[in-house]
Amino acid sequence: MSIDENTAARVAKLARIKVEPDALPALAEEFNTILGFIEQLGEVDVEGVEPMTSVTPQRLKRREDVVTDGDQQAAVLANAPDAREGFFAVPKVVE
Amino acid sequence: MTDLNKLGLADARDALRKGETTSKDLTEACLKAIDGAGALNAFVHRTPEIAMEQAAAADARIKQGDAPAMCGLPIGIKDLFCTKGVPSQAGSRILEGFLPEYESTVSQKLKDSGAIMLGKLNMDEFAMGSSNETSVYGNAVNPWRRAGDTAELTPGGSSGGSAAAVAADLCLAATGTDTGGSIRQPAAFTGTVGIKPTYGRCSRWGIVAFASSLDQAGPMTKTVRDAAIMLEAMCGHDAKDSTSADLAVPDFEAALTGDIRGKKIGIPREYRMDGMPEEIEKLWQDGIAMMKDAGAEIVDISLPHTKYALPAYYVIAPAEASSNLARYDGVRFGHRAKLDHGDGITEMYEKTRAEGFGHEVQRRVMVGTYVLSAGFYDAYYNRARKVRTLIKKDFEDVFAQGIDSILTPATPSAAFGLGEMKDADPVAMYLNDVFTVTVNLAGLPGVALPTGQSATGLPLGLQLIGRPWEEAELLSSAYALERAAGFVAKPEKWW
Repeated sequence: MSIDENTAARVAKLARIKVEPDALPALAEEFNTILGFIEQLGEVDVEGVEPMTSVTPQRLKRREDVVTDGDQQAAVLANAPDAREGFFAVPKVVE
Repeated sequence: MTDLNKLGLADARDALRKGETTSKDLTEACLKAIDGAGALNAFVHRTPEIAMEQAAAADARIKQGDAPAMCGLPIGIKDLFCTKGVPSQAGSRILEGFLPEYESTVSQKLKDSGAIMLGKLNMDEFAMGSSNETSVYGNAVNPWRRAGDTAELTPGGSSGGSAAAVAADLCLAATGTDTGGSIRQPAAFTGTVGIKPTYGRCSRWGIVAFASSLDQAGPMTKTVRDAAIMLEAMCGHDAKDSTSADLAVPDFEAALTGDIRGKKIGIPREYRMDGMPEEIEKLWQDGIAMMKDAGAEIVDISLPHTKYALPAYYVIAPAEASSNLARYDGVRFGHRAKLDHGDGITEMYEKTRAEGFGHEVQRRVMVGTYVLSAGFYDAYYNRARKVRTLIKKDFEDVFAQGIDSILTPATPSAAFGLGEMKDADPVAMYLNDVFTVTVNLAGLPGVALPTGQSATGLPLGLQLIGRPWEEAELLSSAYALERAAGFVAKPEKWW
């Protein structure tokens, strides 16, 4: 499996990271090095093996479906790069 | 008393309780040492006012006879822990200016236990790195140097600032976190002790997430006893972390008997890597001899899937990171890129993340995105999770044979020079974690401690791996090894 520049550009797009076109060849090469390393996993016989979901056997806890927190608008917005009138502000999303 | 900053936790605690010193004096000594150690770039946000206020409160508590385990003891906190009102950037530009409105459970527990926070410690960006060279703050520098050489060395990573600060006596101890070896590798590189507890022992709440199924916090200290004291203060069930274990926390210090007679110590043959430096092999053999002399039974064991741990890790950790780091979108906290006229929300995300994330973080997020993408999810991600099951089973099998703990080298080499790996491919840097990463994948406790020195005088460490939830027994075995090794060397002050 070899990653070309188009694939690198597609992955960058999916990850929402802007990569300049002239940086794509080097990025694709790095991906190939890492994926080449990962390819070794193909040697392992995983027939009938369950993929791990939790490293310690546990059943997730349940609790009453009630409100436990809230009314913290100021704290929630305190670190926003742009907050107005009690909301997060972002560039126009809908035309 | 002079050089109070050079004390460990246990000695300082005992001196405080006897009234031989005060938290104020201890804290001032550390703050002074920090001020004089700018060259190490270990403390990246200093909190002297908070520290002195906490010290005064601790002294009052001690006077009243109410002195919990960490009362009055000055420590450093890795930048990955959210600390209320104090910068918590995870070593990243994208969290510049972020002031948490809340305190992580672990740092809160330490606070409740009376610990003094001196400031925040340098680290690789989002804990992704093995040399502290991916930090937005610049490199943390190892206080150790090769004999007769002034080249700057890495303190390891990602908890490089924590390791450098403890080794240079800027604090009595520090918090670290470990996703693939980020406590144990820096500990080995700096002649300090670091333990990663069983997954679920420490709450992850309020710790900036890297790979949630692997991340664990732990202490970085000057001795095994100190590690026992501090780990106990950090552990415990937390309803705010659904993976936090609802188990009683034992008295780790009381369990430090150092009696390993009759214990079965496993030596995994797969950890004898091709091209392993002779001094690491010798360190390991010396450690085996020490355990044997102390009465342990040495057993040759096999962990057949060891070779596949690093490749599995470099699928699972980036996959989880790509998901965890999706939250850095320039909307709710941290950096937002300046936008050009006509830029919409997608451009905002893409520019913000390109500006805010460093190169290694971008690379891992994209690798994670790739292995989770349609068509590759089964081939990479699911396969890696199956291999993880097999790696865990390797350990379960040897524990079922009666093995109590496993002795391995902590790192494949001594600390290397800053910049030395600059031109190497990323996989060469990843190999630093070859002995530690299996432990994260299997969720086990692992401790690194210094047991020898390289030909150039640098500290070298061994790792002990324990059964799940048996940190008490593991630390006791480490205590036995520490006593036998008698490692007392300290870096010569040049900073």
